Amino acid sequence: MQYALLIYTPEPTEDIPPDAIAAQMAEYDRVTDDLRTRGAMKAGEALDSVATATTVRVVDGKTVTTDGPFAETKETLGGFYLVEAADLDEAIAYAAMIPGARFGCIEVRPVWDRKMAPGRDEPVAASAAG
Amino acid sequence: MAGSSAAHDVVDRVFREEQGRAVATLIRVTGDFDLAEEAVQEAFISALETWPERGVPANPGAWITTTARNRAIDRLRRRTRLAEKTELLGREAAIESELEAMDPGASEDDMQIADDRLRLIFTCCHPALAMDARVALTLRTLGGLTTPEIARAFLVPEPTLAQRLVRAKRKIRDAGIPYRVPPAELLPERLDGVLRVLYLVFNEGYAASSGDSLIRRELCAEAIRLARIVVSLLPDEPEARGLLALMLLHDARRDARVGPAGELILLDDQDRARWDADRITEGRSLVEAALADGRPGPYVLQAAIAALHDEATDPAETDWPQIATLYRALHALTPTPVVELNLAAAVAMADGPAVGLAMMDGLAAGGELDTYPYLHAARADLLRRLGRWSEAVAAYRRALALTTNGAERAFLDRRIGEIEAGRRAVD
Repeated sequence: MQYALLIYTPEPTEDIPPDAIAAQMAEYDRVTDDLRTRGAMKAGEALDSVATATTVRVVDGKTVTTDGPFAETKETLGGFYLVEAADLDEAIAYAAMIPGARFGCIEVRPVWDRKMAPGRDEPVAASAAG
Repeated sequence: MAGSSAAHDVVDRVFREEQGRAVATLIRVTGDFDLAEEAVQEAFISALETWPERGVPANPGAWITTTARNRAIDRLRRRTRLAEKTELLGREAAIESELEAMDPGASEDDMQIADDRLRLIFTCCHPALAMDARVALTLRTLGGLTTPEIARAFLVPEPTLAQRLVRAKRKIRDAGIPYRVPPAELLPERLDGVLRVLYLVFNEGYAASSGDSLIRRELCAEAIRLARIVVSLLPDEPEARGLLALMLLHDARRDARVGPAGELILLDDQDRARWDADRITEGRSLVEAALADGRPGPYVLQAAIAALHDEATDPAETDWPQIATLYRALHALTPTPVVELNLAAAVAMADGPAVGLAMMDGLAAGGELDTYPYLHAARADLLRRLGRWSEAVAAYRRALALTTNGAERAFLDRRIGEIEAGRRAVD
């Protein structure tokens, strides 16, 4: 199965010393390398700060843009990994490796499986047996 | 007809004993909770139809599993006909061939059955599910309680509970919650989660607060039954034994702790002859085995405390110094204010009310238990024993203001009345 590991962390403040930032970047690189070695890494990016975000909605056919995220929250989406994992336990173990898990949280979301979509007469059996 | 009602009784008994096993086995083979539950339910309906006429089969459990397997295959075939896309057929054909390859004889293999059930317990108690969902799913899937029964036991509207079960099963399937006994590195944490679910089920059944008493008894029996499975399959886990012992030692007092009008009878006032001696013996031997491990965890310590209470044939014989020692060890592991209050109460019994009161005053100053009626009731009791009457009455009144349970209110009222009558007599 594929899982998105969504990294929610407090917005970094201006006064973080450069070597702390470098140390954290190095730690993220090690996690990425580890996931690659295991063959679990599908994709992953860090996002620029929320200050650069633009929110877009289409209202009555018109595109409406606003500055920033639509709600003020303490923790914001700062990046993500897309991983291949055997099951939720494996995905949780990967999520726990991410540095952001220590000062923020990681939301683990399975990638939607179109084959499991509703609209049939009965639910489709899972293939997770055994 | 007598024969027919006897067959119904057998179906009832087999349902309690076997439905969890059959569901666990079919979930292992198909990976599909709903398919497994529906197929097993159909097998029991079939049993009700055929057993009264043709007689009960030699091995009812194997009959149920085999019939459920066949029903599951029928359902899959029907489903396959309904589905048009070939990619869907592949998945269902794979499950169908698993079902056909399944040896119903193997369902008589005790180890396989046990493994299936243990795996299912860990799936139902997975930490990615909400606590209330874990409890409902465990009782429904492993315990064979019906949705209305669980709803009544937890005072939740039936549709709410049904929805909770549907969501939990969907999450297991869609989020990829594994169906397995966790590997060694996850086992301690996950086992702890399983034990918490079982203890919660037990407490819900044991609490005197509310609910249908028959179903509450069923909850306790179910928690004990599931704990027995965990203990027999993970014999090296002392905390599992400790929890089983703790539940047995409390359940032993069940009949003595409720009076004829349903009122709660306190430990000191219970008729100890009505305690269940077999449960106490079994609980004690489990505690002793678990204590031999050398580093008792919270369940083992609580079970050891319960064992000391159960061993005293008279309240005056209770080994309070030993109970205080155990509470001290428990407090070191789980330093909560409630454990500290229990420790203080035990110290008061072992070393006198003045020592216990000093500890409780410290707790009261902390403020965390300010709205906890048992702190005020316990303080009141020590003040009363020290003859500090007006302080005792004030503390009883504070407890009374925080208590809703009728039996407990009556007890507190009675105490206040006794003190006031005594003081009038002195005056």
